[in-house]
Amino acid sequence: MDIINLFELISRILIISISVSAPYIFAGIGEMFSQKSGVLNLGVEGIMMVGAFSAFYFTWAYNNVLLGIAVSLIVGAVMGLLMGFVSITLKAKQGISGIGIYMLGWGTAGTLFRLFIGGVESIDKGVENIDLPVLGRIPYLGRIFFSHNILVYAAFLLVPLSWYLLYKTPWGLKVRAVGSTPRAADTMGISVNKIRYQCVIIGSTLAGLAGAYLSIAQANMFTSDLIAGRGFIAVALVYFGRWKPFGVLKGALLFSTANAFQRWFQISGINFPYEVTVILPYLLIIVVLAFSHKGFAEPTALTVPYDREFKG
Amino acid sequence: MWGIDMQKIKSMEMKGITKRFPGVIANKDIDLKVNSGEVFALLGENGAGKTTLMNILYGLYSPDEGNIYINDKKVIIDSPKKALELGIGMVHQHFMLVPSLTVSENIALGSDFESKFRLDLKKISKNIKKLSKDYSLEVEPEKKISELSVGEQQKVEIVKALYHGANFLVLDEPTAALTPQESSQLISWLRTVIKEDMGVIFISHKLNEVMSVSDRVQVLRNGKTYFSAKTKNTNIDELAKNMAGREIKLPKLEAEKTHGDILMELKHIWVKDRRGIDVLKDINLKLREGEILGIAGVSGNGQKDLAEVITGLKKAYKGEIIFGDQNIEKKSVQEIIDLGVGFIPEDRLHMGTIPRFTVKENLILKDYLKNPFSNNYILDQNYIKNYCKTTVEEYDVRCPNINTPTHALSGGNIQKIILSRELKREPDVLVAAYPIRGVDIAAVEYIHSKLLEARENGMAILLITEELEEIMNLSDRIAVIYEGEILRILDNTAASKSKLGTLMAGVVDENK
Ligand SMILES: Nc1ncnc2c1ncn2[C@@H]1O[C@H](COP(=O)(O)OP(=O)(O)O)[C@@H](O)[C@H]1O
Ligand SMILES: [Mg+2]
Repeated sequence: MDIINLFELISRILIISISVSAPYIFAGIGEMFSQKSGVLNLGVEGIMMVGAFSAFYFTWAYNNVLLGIAVSLIVGAVMGLLMGFVSITLKAKQGISGIGIYMLGWGTAGTLFRLFIGGVESIDKGVENIDLPVLGRIPYLGRIFFSHNILVYAAFLLVPLSWYLLYKTPWGLKVRAVGSTPRAADTMGISVNKIRYQCVIIGSTLAGLAGAYLSIAQANMFTSDLIAGRGFIAVALVYFGRWKPFGVLKGALLFSTANAFQRWFQISGINFPYEVTVILPYLLIIVVLAFSHKGFAEPTALTVPYDREFKG
Repeated sequence: MWGIDMQKIKSMEMKGITKRFPGVIANKDIDLKVNSGEVFALLGENGAGKTTLMNILYGLYSPDEGNIYINDKKVIIDSPKKALELGIGMVHQHFMLVPSLTVSENIALGSDFESKFRLDLKKISKNIKKLSKDYSLEVEPEKKISELSVGEQQKVEIVKALYHGANFLVLDEPTAALTPQESSQLISWLRTVIKEDMGVIFISHKLNEVMSVSDRVQVLRNGKTYFSAKTKNTNIDELAKNMAGREIKLPKLEAEKTHGDILMELKHIWVKDRRGIDVLKDINLKLREGEILGIAGVSGNGQKDLAEVITGLKKAYKGEIIFGDQNIEKKSVQEIIDLGVGFIPEDRLHMGTIPRFTVKENLILKDYLKNPFSNNYILDQNYIKNYCKTTVEEYDVRCPNINTPTHALSGGNIQKIILSRELKREPDVLVAAYPIRGVDIAAVEYIHSKLLEARENGMAILLITEELEEIMNLSDRIAVIYEGEILRILDNTAASKSKLGTLMAGVVDENK
């Protein structure tokens, strides 16, 4: 294989890897906010499903991509409100309430899909690619980085933005305090529950958007297995990324590059059982998770509901 | 926060405060009045209701009955934010700091910022530095809380309260975790604040501190006020009696006896810490049957390492520990436990117990797999229940029942759980580290009498403490540790407070 071909191959893998990383970034960063404040939301997968469905439905029925995105954001926020109510106000065990949210999202999306769409439908025009002027024309790099749809750019901008929010604003300071020592935050006059609600809702809204990305920017269709575990991967990415925005980004890129590579491998004609290559990205995540588990980074109050008068 | 025009607190009064928790009345009809410019000491045994009362004042708990008046005007304090706004600052018994954040970030938490989008920590750091200079409380704003010692964290807590404009300070057992040196610094510091016309509520078990720092005292027992007086009109014995509801007499050993057999011997033990610095240097100690060997020293001079090397939690890189007829230095913790070494660790909640486990589970933690607690790996629940019920009664552990999670108990009661577990196993050697830290005077009396009883029965006890009175009351011999070395070993009769005090400061006098 000559050098030009190799370049071509690498850039093709990277283009795919960047565009498929966007939903992981949205969902992962969202989940990071939630966990940073102390709420483990395992319902991301379900929220992504309803997000994906509602975005698809409104784009398909009204031929309006923006409407689709807007509805997916709202639906995500509502799911977050529900998660917050169950796990913050009612203080239910977060692991279980998250799974409840997942089931709810999964069931709702599936049912509505059967009721309102029924069969295989697709949209002709999803979220469109925008070549950035000048930058988009740089050889190789232009195509890899600057020729994507607007949501991809948004995902990559979200990372520094969340970093700034978390580490450079008073609100971010409160989030970090609430997630590790809620009682201390409370004694300083911070409303623990308010911050947690905010974070859970931000997280689910982004999960809704991640779902929308899959249905109207990536696949341009909706099927009930569209999300395919990406929500759970997003949760793992938060651990992988040590609860830091750039860590989550790193994880998302690593995972989607492995995925893109794996897809290329399948069609490359190299004689190797594809079943094995399919599990490669997942294996990679598990291995990295197993080895990156040191030092304390986890919000110490993660999964613990806050009760002012509870003695503990 | 600075800037908001706050009225200064001239007087704070709580009237008829009652607070019930499921199963207990923590406060019953309590009245209390504190004026600015005085230190008001609130006394009471563990569980008397002091913290609850203060949490009500700070807006953390809402009272079932009663009202709070500031400058004779009724106020409703329904959140800590409200308390802060009124100028009440509180240093909690368990610090309210976020360990992963820096000092200035912790203080910034409660502040208002000019912009919602910019966290101006520089300005906060500058203000902290100024404040800490004005009040002579040294803190380093850029340090992380997790890197600070307990004493330093406490200073941060006080600075935090002052930063947010407190002119009325509540200190809940501030000296419980401090070294004697740090405690006396704090106490003399308090006198300077009082000159600035602040009001202070000071909670402590240590009666000598209360006598030296306070202007007035009030004693709570079982949630009720039992006694109040001007400090100068009362004395330690009277206070102790009112706290416990009976006469308290701390037991003392009768130093007579010829030495028993040597049960354990430490020979030339050297231990390094993680950074590779020697923390124990050539330690030689003999523990004898029926004898208490006291280790005196300012904490942080290797006591923790000494306790851990004996119990197998830390390994020595040189030297041996002979127990019975073998060297146990290389053995595992479990093996050492099984051979007959007991341990009352310094961090009683986290090392001595598993906080979320129930009282019952913690009581059998070391032996649950052995007969009679279990048969063929199956727990004998009936036996365990009866065993725990009698133990709790015998050791006077005050808990709602044996299925209460251990972290919900007060320090003194947790200590009794550990004490009973360790003593009932009848080990040959017991390492007791700071056994009375933070416990009330009645519990001190009890713990001391139990340790002396074990000594009578032949146990060899290594007692680590920094309370001189405790060490002189209990130890047959006293070894003074300083920077990882044993400076001197004295017989009880040859020891005096002043002699120990100078040795603990590392001064070895000429006439050996
Ligand atoms: N949040 C709570 N829930 C239930 N019981 C509590 C709570 N806080 C305190 N108590 C109980 O109230 C009593 C008084 O406790 P506390 O005020 O902490 O005493 P002190 O500070 O004097 O040691 C104890 O019996 C304690 O177990
Ligand atoms: Mg208390």
